[in-house]
Amino acid sequence: MKIIVCIKQVPDTNEVKLDPVTGTLIRDGVPSIINPDDKAGLEAALRLKDELGAEVSVISMGPPQAEAVIREAFAMGADKGYLVTDRAFGGADTWATSSTLAAAIHNLEYDVVITGRQAIDGDTAQVGPQIAEHLDIPNISYAEEIKVDGDYIIVKRQYEDRYHIVKAKMPCLITALAELNEPRYMTPGGIFDAYREKKITVWDRNDITIDDSNIGLKGSPTKVAQSFPKSVKARGQVVTLDPEESADFILEKLKEKFIF
Amino acid sequence: MGFENNKGIFIFIQQVDNKITNVSFELIGKGKELAADLGAEVTAVLLGYKVKSLADELAAYGADKVILVDDPALEIYTTEAYTHGMYSVIERYNPEIVLYGATAIGRDLAPRVSARVHTGLTADCTKLEVDPETKYLRMTRPAFGGNIMATILCPNFRPQMATVRPGVMQKLKKIEGAKANIKEFNPGFEKNHKYVEVLDVIKKPSSKIDIQEANILVSGGRGVGSKENFKLLEELADTIGGTISSSRASVDAGWQDKEVQVGQTGKTVRPHVYFAIGISGAIQHLAGMEESDVIIAINKDPYAPIFDVADYGVVGDLNQIVPILTEKIKAEMISKDNW
Amino acid sequence: MDLTLSKEHEMARTLFRDFALQQVKPLAREVDETEVFPKGTVEKMQKLGFLGIPISKEYGGQGCDTLTYILCIEELSKVCGTTGVIVSAHTSLCCDPIKNLGTPEQKEKYLRPLVTGKKLGAFGLTEPNAGTDASGQQTKAVLDGDEYILNGSKIFITNGKEADIYIIFAMTDKSKGTKGISAFIVEKGTPGFTFGTKEKKMGIRGSATYELIFTDCRIPKENLLGQEGKGFSYAMQTLDGGRIGIAAQALGLAAGALETTIAYVKERKQFGKPLSKFQNTQFQIASMATKVEAARLLVYKAAIAKDTQKKYSTEAAMAKLYASETASEVTSMAVQLHGGYGYTREYDVERMMRDAKITEIYEGTSEVQRMVISGSLL
Repeated sequence: MKIIVCIKQVPDTNEVKLDPVTGTLIRDGVPSIINPDDKAGLEAALRLKDELGAEVSVISMGPPQAEAVIREAFAMGADKGYLVTDRAFGGADTWATSSTLAAAIHNLEYDVVITGRQAIDGDTAQVGPQIAEHLDIPNISYAEEIKVDGDYIIVKRQYEDRYHIVKAKMPCLITALAELNEPRYMTPGGIFDAYREKKITVWDRNDITIDDSNIGLKGSPTKVAQSFPKSVKARGQVVTLDPEESADFILEKLKEKFIF
Repeated sequence: MGFENNKGIFIFIQQVDNKITNVSFELIGKGKELAADLGAEVTAVLLGYKVKSLADELAAYGADKVILVDDPALEIYTTEAYTHGMYSVIERYNPEIVLYGATAIGRDLAPRVSARVHTGLTADCTKLEVDPETKYLRMTRPAFGGNIMATILCPNFRPQMATVRPGVMQKLKKIEGAKANIKEFNPGFEKNHKYVEVLDVIKKPSSKIDIQEANILVSGGRGVGSKENFKLLEELADTIGGTISSSRASVDAGWQDKEVQVGQTGKTVRPHVYFAIGISGAIQHLAGMEESDVIIAINKDPYAPIFDVADYGVVGDLNQIVPILTEKIKAEMISKDNW
Repeated sequence: MDLTLSKEHEMARTLFRDFALQQVKPLAREVDETEVFPKGTVEKMQKLGFLGIPISKEYGGQGCDTLTYILCIEELSKVCGTTGVIVSAHTSLCCDPIKNLGTPEQKEKYLRPLVTGKKLGAFGLTEPNAGTDASGQQTKAVLDGDEYILNGSKIFITNGKEADIYIIFAMTDKSKGTKGISAFIVEKGTPGFTFGTKEKKMGIRGSATYELIFTDCRIPKENLLGQEGKGFSYAMQTLDGGRIGIAAQALGLAAGALETTIAYVKERKQFGKPLSKFQNTQFQIASMATKVEAARLLVYKAAIAKDTQKKYSTEAAMAKLYASETASEVTSMAVQLHGGYGYTREYDVERMMRDAKITEIYEGTSEVQRMVISGSLL
């Protein structure tokens, strides 16, 4: 069984801060991590490896520095790593990203492709289903449990108020939720092997078969017209009083607003 | 590029167990606004099995037309059947704009449709407007955990598609007795390798009230300190007729269910009154509640960012203030028994 | 000369830091308060290979270097001094001598389970009358056929009772003084091997510190480690390595106190502004940070020396001397900057201050380190 996990390097948004003066993001010195949903997907793949002896490959599209997340995946136990990197891929929206990744995956053999549900820097949840469409395979999103049954995958698929137990024939694509599992830690020896033993395969524009009109900024149907820090409304009335007076203050305001 | 043939605003109507999800009505409401700017009509696209009876409700909330795709293959949501349905409708009718709710269904369906149609898709929009000059749809969404807003265009492909966060747009007042103008369409659903089988449907134990529907929310964060201490908030909520919600910290600590989490990774709410108790106000939390009509914050840290968005803030110990407030509200209610 | 860490070391630090923050820090206060050995944490570390970091893969270890191991102790000790010393005593004082001196059979039988997380190790040298003067050993080992018979006791033994495998020093020939000391591998559960009282300590209170008692304890002859009569020199060599571990523990305590204090002084306000805006605070923090960085350089240098040099006693002694004194000094400054709150158990710095003191004492007091250093110079 061959599993491909798509992983993205993202800034740890918990650590992203806003510049109080300009209102822009301060990204300097913010650590980069494997996107949490992707990491859960990797863990799910590694559990299938532990259970069934699957081969786990990770693939990441990004700048050359994204090799760090592939090394991290190696240190957790991934077998092979592919970095899809080229200036020509830059500025891609989800459509161009998914068509590029699908073209790269097309170079490989696979039974299951796992992606995270969404990336914390974009929150779009689009790339997984779009890759599946480009690969012409079924997708099951929002996986909370994954089982293999012969040639089939059985997934507990989350919705707001229910779960579907969904059965799909392999090859298929699954998008993983961070709730799927608790990803394992790397091991110290795994880290050393990741840097000293294992090799990352790097693919550029010429290593994948895809039309220029489907990659990068030019291949992106959506364009960012503008981005701006979130506007904040004017500060309200803040008081420091003793508990009794505080309660009275709130009560008064509730009455003013006709909540009573 | 000429898109003269692309006309109209189509809304994907999400129904589950033959009940329409609220966000679909919200999107019809927003669609009507956009339609006014474009001189277009709003068409509700209703997919399902034996769902024709739902069409009038769509008209009641403002849909000019309803395209009905009714087929046994659509009884339970699966990605391929619904993608094929929406794709076929788009190919056949060439809409200018298609909107979906950013739900667990919409966020699965819309990307797959966008890839099949080859058009752009903007996720989780909180604002939609028509550019007065170009007539392009301006789709605004939060990114980076709500730190930044980005406005996205899709100039060269049609339809322009977006998923929209539930609870952000407002539905129109229902017109009782409205009759739908229905167009039935069935592209045929022939099973292929992309179809999956739903072996079982397991409903989650239903939580009391959906926090997105609540009028008053009493929300607690890390500062509440423990699961037990949420009782103070529950008593306040019971007294004032509110519902308990929570920040991510309380969910992570296991004090509250994910169901009631407000924020970027939880739900967006806009109740009449939002009590933020022991919530410091991380940006990702604010993103989910700052549209509330009245925000009341109680926090011991005078520098907590929640005070920047609160209409009324009280610096102090919630353990002392909340019980007193609950008692005072009780007393107030008794004295105004005829209220 | 490049003083930056390699990418693999940086990633290892991230791993240790994440583990420490997620798994160790939440328990640190409770471990201190209840004086209960953090068994659960040890089991987690065993699964992740943290107890065999610098041991080769041949015996199931992680195949990393001493520096990686040191980074582990530093990060653990930043949040919990107890956890740091458990790993240090196990690795430096039990695994390391078996790795260096053991026969292939001994390595297979004892080193493999120690590094693959099945067993925990300890080291018994100190006796009531043989502390800094380790040559005053009174525990005896007498060869009787295929067995040695051990009699005597050891005190202040880290990981005592919790550990499964002990390196024990005993006199095999009293007439030869230090040249009559030998080293043995002793398993818990061997008849005649029992545990005395548990010490009640000022700091590292979750660490199990026990008296070991040997009463006609018979161990197989093949459990002699290395050669008979060389035990004292083995002990000294082992402690050279152990000192780097303790130096890393001290470094971690100091660095942890510094981080905690930086966060605190930015938050805490007096006279209408954060403490960090006062020049006294700024100068104190600058001094603390500089000392921590100096300690770090000495500790890392000693760790590298252990892997690349035949002798590294001086480097190890300097690292331990400076790092342990820095730990005491910096944690004390941290408490001072925290004011009254810093003295309470509501905050972590008082625990760090109590934990720091022992680093100036065990595995050779600061005075012993000065003897070692001056001995190499004069």
